[in-house]
Amino acid sequence: MAIQISVFLENKAGRLSHVTRILGESGINIRALSIADTSDYGILRIIVNDPAKAYKILKEAGFTVSETDVIAVQVPDSPGGLADILEQMSEEDLNIEYLYAFLGTAENDALVIFKVEDFEKARQTFPAKGIKFLDENKLYQL
Amino acid sequence: MPYWDKERECMPREQLEKHQLRKLKETVFKLYAFVPAYKEKMDKVGIKPDDINSLKDLEKLPFTTKQDLRSNYPFNLFAIPMCDVVRIHSSSGTTGKPTVVGYSKKDIETWSELMARALSSAGASKYSVIQNSYGYGLFTGGLGVHYGVEKLGASVIPSSGGNTKRQIMLMQDFGTTVLTCTPSYALYIYEVMEEMGLKPSDLKLKIGIFGAEPWSERMRKEIENKLEIDAYDIYGLSEIIGPGVAIECPYKKGLHIAEDHFIAEIIDPVTEEVLPDGSQGELVITSLTKEALPIVRYRTRDLTTLDRSKCDCGRTHVRMQKIMGRSDDMVIIRGVNVFPSMVESVLLNIPGVEPHYRLIVERKGTLDQLEVQVEVSEKLFSDEVKKLELLGARITRELESTLGIGVKVRLVEPKSIERSEGKSKRVIDKRNI
Repeated sequence: MAIQISVFLENKAGRLSHVTRILGESGINIRALSIADTSDYGILRIIVNDPAKAYKILKEAGFTVSETDVIAVQVPDSPGGLADILEQMSEEDLNIEYLYAFLGTAENDALVIFKVEDFEKARQTFPAKGIKFLDENKLYQL
Repeated sequence: MPYWDKERECMPREQLEKHQLRKLKETVFKLYAFVPAYKEKMDKVGIKPDDINSLKDLEKLPFTTKQDLRSNYPFNLFAIPMCDVVRIHSSSGTTGKPTVVGYSKKDIETWSELMARALSSAGASKYSVIQNSYGYGLFTGGLGVHYGVEKLGASVIPSSGGNTKRQIMLMQDFGTTVLTCTPSYALYIYEVMEEMGLKPSDLKLKIGIFGAEPWSERMRKEIENKLEIDAYDIYGLSEIIGPGVAIECPYKKGLHIAEDHFIAEIIDPVTEEVLPDGSQGELVITSLTKEALPIVRYRTRDLTTLDRSKCDCGRTHVRMQKIMGRSDDMVIIRGVNVFPSMVESVLLNIPGVEPHYRLIVERKGTLDQLEVQVEVSEKLFSDEVKKLELLGARITRELESTLGIGVKVRLVEPKSIERSEGKSKRVIDKRNI
């Protein structure tokens, strides 16, 4: 379980650098990021070391920000590792909205951030399926 | 029901119309005798002051436009000598030569009366603390309201526009009960209050009197809900006298035009034909009691309808509906008339959408395109593209069905659309025709 910070950005020069600069100046470290883009705007999704602070800072700077529940899944760092997990999720009908890689490892596993359609269901079924996910406090400390 | 001048405000129609005719004749005689530009225009269509014998005869007189004021810049339309003019106001003149208006001592008295009447109609009294956030200076909003508050005997805080945090501090510290400003500035004040962590319950604000730009019924609801106040629409324009020409009563079923001082007509903005009550068209106003700058059939460019039926408040003066737009703010796109107010009402019908929008009109090749920019508030935002795309598609669909033309909706960052402290600029027309 983890909190992702999502930020609405217009497709304009300098917007991304502005967000990252604001975070940097406040001592927020970005640990994972992905951008979904359309022709007019993009959505920046980030995992940071202090999500509550990042949210507050960005909101104060006038950005549209939201906090999103995501899951940091431990994926075996070997060929087919991600495929195995995705197949198991598919068997359980767990729909994935999007995913992206995290910068860093846990117990030699790679980390992938998942946004699933049904967060509660994922939380309940993952342990039974043997899918490991990282506690948020550990994640932010990585 | 709070009246300022019950006898005038509730005067039986017959008596009112008699008064109007007498005053109209006086005005026309005076203009013909003292203002060469009016004489010239009347001679051109072969009308003499003696030809005005009924209110219906008003239709025979030529219109006065903003251009007439510009052509006679600065003082050539004044009907009294400059030594009797005690005040001059002027427009900013951003679209050409400014328009200049003058006031005699009695005009200032009339204007103060009208404003005191307007403030009373909205529920203000001598016990009110009125923060006047209209700009002070050449613009008539600031001083117009100011003199009205003093006439009413309430306490005026002449805070003028700008410095929003200080405005809020004054409201809190001085216990402001009535706020006067533009409706868009009222919403901006709320935004800044939120940023400062203040709630409406931290203030004593009860009433807002908003004008100087068109605003919809939806926007009223939004202001009333957010600031937890009763919001009234006030109408006026400097060419006529300034704020106080018309005001809502507590029934809020239109704005009562002060008919003991003005005559209102509705015309078709294209054919210039006078339209019957109830039809939508351009408001045309004739002044009846002004001395320095009497004005006949002034084309306001504001679009509305008139209703002469008796109001539940007891006032007999004609009611104009809230301004629906401006005949010169209107953009014609592929032959279709588009008013910013139409876009606003569509947006406000979509939950979570705030009335911060802008219309950009561009010509691509030979085709005109309308882009509507809408700010994405936190309530609308999603971390998923498909949800934002669905939102964009919904706004597009609803705008297209209301406007009847294709629209491109662009979602933009909050506060990226300029907040104005005066009149907000809703339309940017980039076509070079």
